[in-house]
Parts: sequence; structure tokens; C-alpha cells
Amino acid sequence: MDRSAHPRGGTAIATLAPEAPAIAVGAVAEERVSVATQWQLMWWRFRRHRLAMTGAVIVLLAYAVVIFADFLAYADPLASEAQRSLLRPQPIRWFDEGRFAPHVYGFSGRRDPMTFKRVYTPDPAKKLPVTLFARGFEYRLLGLVPTDRHLFGVADARAEETLFLLGTDEQGRDLWSRLMYGTRTSLTIGLVGVTLSLVLGVALGGVSGLYGGTVDTVIQRVIEIVRSIPTIPLWMGLAAALPNDWTILQVYFAITLIISLIGWTELARVVRGRFLSLREEEFIMAAELAGSGQTRIIVSHMVPSFLSHIIAATTLAIPTMIISETSLSFLGLGLRPPAISWGVLLQQAQNIQSLAISPWLLMPAIPVTVVILALNFMGDGLRDAADPYA
Amino acid sequence: MLAILTTIAISILAFVIIQLPPGDYITAYIAQMSGSGSYVSEQEAQALREQYGLNRPMYVQYVRWMGLVARGNFGMALEWGRPVADVIGDRLWLTMIVSLSAIVVTWVLALPIGIYSAVRQYSAGDYVATLLGFIGLAVPSFMLALVIMYFGFTLFNVNVGGLFSPGFAEAPWSLAKAWDLTLHLPLPALILGFAGTAQLIRILRANLLDELRKPYVVTARARGLSERRVILKYPVRVALNPFVSTIGYLLPYVVSGSIIVSLVLGLPTVGPLLLRALVAQDMFLAGTIVLLLGVMTVVGTFLSDLLLLWIDPRIRVEGRR
Repeated sequence: MDRSAHPRGGTAIATLAPEAPAIAVGAVAEERVSVATQWQLMWWRFRRHRLAMTGAVIVLLAYAVVIFADFLAYADPLASEAQRSLLRPQPIRWFDEGRFAPHVYGFSGRRDPMTFKRVYTPDPAKKLPVTLFARGFEYRLLGLVPTDRHLFGVADARAEETLFLLGTDEQGRDLWSRLMYGTRTSLTIGLVGVTLSLVLGVALGGVSGLYGGTVDTVIQRVIEIVRSIPTIPLWMGLAAALPNDWTILQVYFAITLIISLIGWTELARVVRGRFLSLREEEFIMAAELAGSGQTRIIVSHMVPSFLSHIIAATTLAIPTMIISETSLSFLGLGLRPPAISWGVLLQQAQNIQSLAISPWLLMPAIPVTVVILALNFMGDGLRDAADPYA
Repeated sequence: MLAILTTIAISILAFVIIQLPPGDYITAYIAQMSGSGSYVSEQEAQALREQYGLNRPMYVQYVRWMGLVARGNFGMALEWGRPVADVIGDRLWLTMIVSLSAIVVTWVLALPIGIYSAVRQYSAGDYVATLLGFIGLAVPSFMLALVIMYFGFTLFNVNVGGLFSPGFAEAPWSLAKAWDLTLHLPLPALILGFAGTAQLIRILRANLLDELRKPYVVTARARGLSERRVILKYPVRVALNPFVSTIGYLLPYVVSGSIIVSLVLGLPTVGPLLLRALVAQDMFLAGTIVLLLGVMTVVGTFLSDLLLLWIDPRIRVEGRR
């Protein structure tokens, strides 16, 4: 990894203290450093990595969307209506005659007799006020509390019929609301997939690093083989074999499983490397000499000292998972409608015709890019912070 | 050795993919026959299964299939009613050409940019390269293809897809056609190679930075070697090794990417064919494509290992010990 982009290394501890006000302050800070726990040190170092912090904030926001998707959406993501297909994104007008009063214009649509495209004309006379905490479709907040309040909506009208922040797709479904739900699906797939990979990776990498010898060789060869297989054709083959009559949930888990089957190798490599290097450490030998059993050594001595590395590697594995799901669904082999994910959304922008007519369908590419970048930055920062004594 | 193991693993996976969907070749055949109006009786079906060995245990079927494959017989592509080898035809070569040119583009771009980035660390150019690198990391190739296609259409009003001009698509191979292909190749290669380029720049930059701090560089400079020589003669050469060994994982990645990018850009590679075969459950075609892509990748990786051996004397020495 490119370490020199954020100069740290040996100077990190020294620069924790402000240099100017005399030695006394420096000494206090030094003491603070020397008594700080490992996790505190890591946090201090992570905090100094500005890109990683930005990434972490974005990731947190994205996962907030996952939790509150139905609250943030204002329209039922499945409510389709041919009468409003392929509406352009609709601007919110913030001021009305000098006063702050966010509103959108009503519109009327008709079919152009020449091109057969639907044309929409905004109607400035029909002003629809946009309000916070408006009523909309019913859902359960956090899966528990039944409610029909949404972050925003249109007063005195159904949001499904009037508000289109990001436009609509061919079937007249609101893209903003679908994007919220898609974020939920895609990001949870990333998490679930990475959990499965983690289990596989830790188990196999751990065994490999712990026992060494033939077991190690075999597992390493398996990893090399898996890594040298082009993944997308393989996933496509496996995903295409899923029965057509499976429910959304079954497909969801099957896809997650398929994706995680490939993603574990990197994690296994990290775990193995940690095991190998820790095995040589003096404190492990001390524990052995003191008569600790192997389980105890692993659980209370080794795991705490490589946990941070695993967290970093896991964070870096999530983007791959998300891209995989997005690619598969984009091809139509992953999640299938009515499931909504980033890939399913992007599928509608698959060919040049639809891109030319309705470029806003490409909009989901922006959150995909931003979230993946954020996860990568965060993972980079975590990896650098993972070993605060380095 | 590993290459052989990998090939076997890939062939098993390809076979699994063929076997996975419910029903077998004969079920599909019957469905196809009844689709065209003819009828296959239960006895006939049974006889056919007997003849193709479909009622034998799985591993026997696998060995039989491998035997057929080894003789270049990949079975029938049901949907097309032609042998699989016919259907794939040129497409495999085109896939290979596209993938290889992506790797060439990756190298040609990453080498100078990486060196520049390391030598002029923290310069504006370095920041631009780093930024591009991060974007390359975050944008899946198919999304890049979509965006480029969109801008190509709106800004320049050209359709950037395809590998051939309309006149050449069906024409037999000729010099003119090859030239046409060469003209169409750079864009898909660039799209496919972008992520890899980004990665390689980062790797090369980090390696070269490590090398540049070593005493021998200072010595060389102190002795009055020109800056160009100081950098290009030794540190770059050392930093280059990971470069070559990256083909090993770059190739599976690029081949993977070529499938999905081909779909977006409409390239006549095996990608669209594979997708169609999978959707239609034309399993022999799909399995064969997966197998051939896998083998192609393994061979490529193997060649890159040989290349590495040739470039880096240290590996040769270690191997001898």
C-alpha cells in the first residue's frame, strides 16, 4: 500500500502533541500516549487520516439510509403508473414570491402524436408545497413502529403522483424512492456477504496459519486456484442456475452466498499472515511456557492483536462484494425485479437508446461510486491505523 | 503444476455449471423438439439418455465430457442448432485480443505515470494520478462504459460501441478488417484497463518510492550519473518486478470485466454469447465458454510467470536452491 501519501510512521507519536508550548506539555502528551490503550491509539491515528474520516462519515450516512430507507423514500418504490413514465427529474423551487416556501409545480402529460413519446409540461399555476414529515405510504419504522410519516413529501397530495426528485423510470416509479430501497439491498448484501466470507476466511486462513505444513500448502494452492479463475463468468453460471420460482429472499441469500464464495481468499490471506507472524512473537511463547492451552492463546492473546487487521481487511472487502452484486444484477442474473438494488436500477440504463432518452436513469451510478470510494478510503485508513505501534 | 490443477478445477466448475439447472440435455432437447412441433416419446428419450450416457453416475459423465472436450467436441448449442465450436468461432479470439490489448494499455499507461508519480511525489500530476487511481478503484468497468457511451452520444453524437464498422462486421477476415478492428480497439481496451492501470500506478509508485530512498540511488547520483539514468537504469528495473507478476491477477480480472463491458458496448466477444446461453439454459455452450475463458486465463498467467522468471534473476537463483 502507498504509505507515503500520508506521512506518519515513526513521527506519529511525537506529532500527537502540539510542538510549540514547551516541554511540559509534550511530556504530558507523551504520558497520555504511553498509557493509552491499543484501541485509543488506533482511533487517534485513524482520526488524523482525513480522507478516511470523510469516508467513514459517508459510510455511516449510507448505512443510515439502509436503516431509514422507507422513511427517506416518499413514494412507494413499486407503485408504477404508465401515465408518468420517464418523467425528468423535477426541480424543487425554494422560494415563492420572495418567501421561503419550497414547492414543486404540477404537470400535465400527453403523448406526442409524432414521436409517441410522452411529453410533460410543468404547470406553474399549480404549486404544490413540499413539507417535512409528510404523510405517505404506510410502513414500519425500523421494522417495528407502524407509521406513514416520511422525511418529506407533498402536503395535501399523494407524493407518488406529484413529487419526482430524480425523475421516474419507464414504468413510472419514482427513482429517488427506489434508490433509497436499492441502497438498502445493495449495502446489506455487502455486509452479509462479507460476514460469510469472513467466516470462511478466518476458518481456512486460521487453520492454514496455525497448523502450517501440508494443510497450509493445500489451502494456499486452493486460494491461488480460486484467484486465478475469472469470477464474473463463474458467478454468471452459478447465478443463472437459480430456479426461476425462488422468492426474492431466497435469491438474495443465494446471490450473497455465490459472491462470498469468491471473496474469502483475501481475508484468508490476511488471517494466515497474522497467525504466522504472531506465532513467532515472544508474548505468545511466554504464554505457551506459562502453560496456556492453545484455545486460550488464540482467543485471549492472538485474536485481540490481529482483530484490527481483520476489521480493516473486512472493510476493504465490502466494496468488492457490492460491485459484484451490482454487476450481476446489472446483467439480469443477480437480484430480479421486483427486488430493488443498485444493479437492478442500473439495468434500466443498459443501452444507448434509454440513456439518450432518459439519462437520469444513470443516476444510481453516483451513489455506487461514492459509497465504494468511501469504503475504500475508510478501509485504507483502518489498515494504516490497525498497527498503532508500527 | 498449479496451472494443471487450476485447469482441472475450472473444468469441474464448468461441468457443475452445465449440470446445475434442473433436467439434462435430453430434457432441453425434448423441449426444443416439441417447441418446433415434433414429439419425442418416453422410450426415445430413454434411448437417447442411454446413448449419451446421461443415466450414468456423475463422475463418469464428467470423464466422458472431458474426453469429448479433449477431442475438440464441445457438444451442441441447442438454441443455435449448431456445434458449440461453430457458434463460438471468432468470438474467443476477439475476447483474447480485447483482453490482451487492455493489459497492454494498462502497462503502457501505468509505467510512465507510475514513474512520474514517484519521482515527482506530491506534485500536481501526482495528485491527479492518485485521484484517477481512486476513481479507477471505485468505478466498476461497466459503469465507466455506460458513462463514456453516454458522453460519446450526447457530446460527439457517435456510438462508441462495437469492434467493427458496420460494413466489416460480417465480412471475412482481411487486412482492411484487421485495421478496422485496430481502430475500434483502444476505447474498450482503455475502459477495461482503467481499474488495473489505477492499481498498477499505485503499486509501482509505492515500490519505486521505496527503491528511490535506498543508498545505491544516492551513490549513483553522487557519482554524477544523469538523473534519467539514475532512475531508469536501476530503481525502475527493480520496481518493475511486481509489475510483471500482476498479470497473474490482472488477467482473470480483465477477462471477467470484458464479459460485462462487451455487453454494454456490444462487442462481439464471448460475453454476450455467454449471457444469452445462460438465460436460455443452453448449458453446453455456457459451460464451454466458462471452460475456455478459464483455460485462457490460466495459460496467460503461466506465460506471465515465465516472463517474470526471465526478467528477475533473483527468482531464478531462488528456484535453483
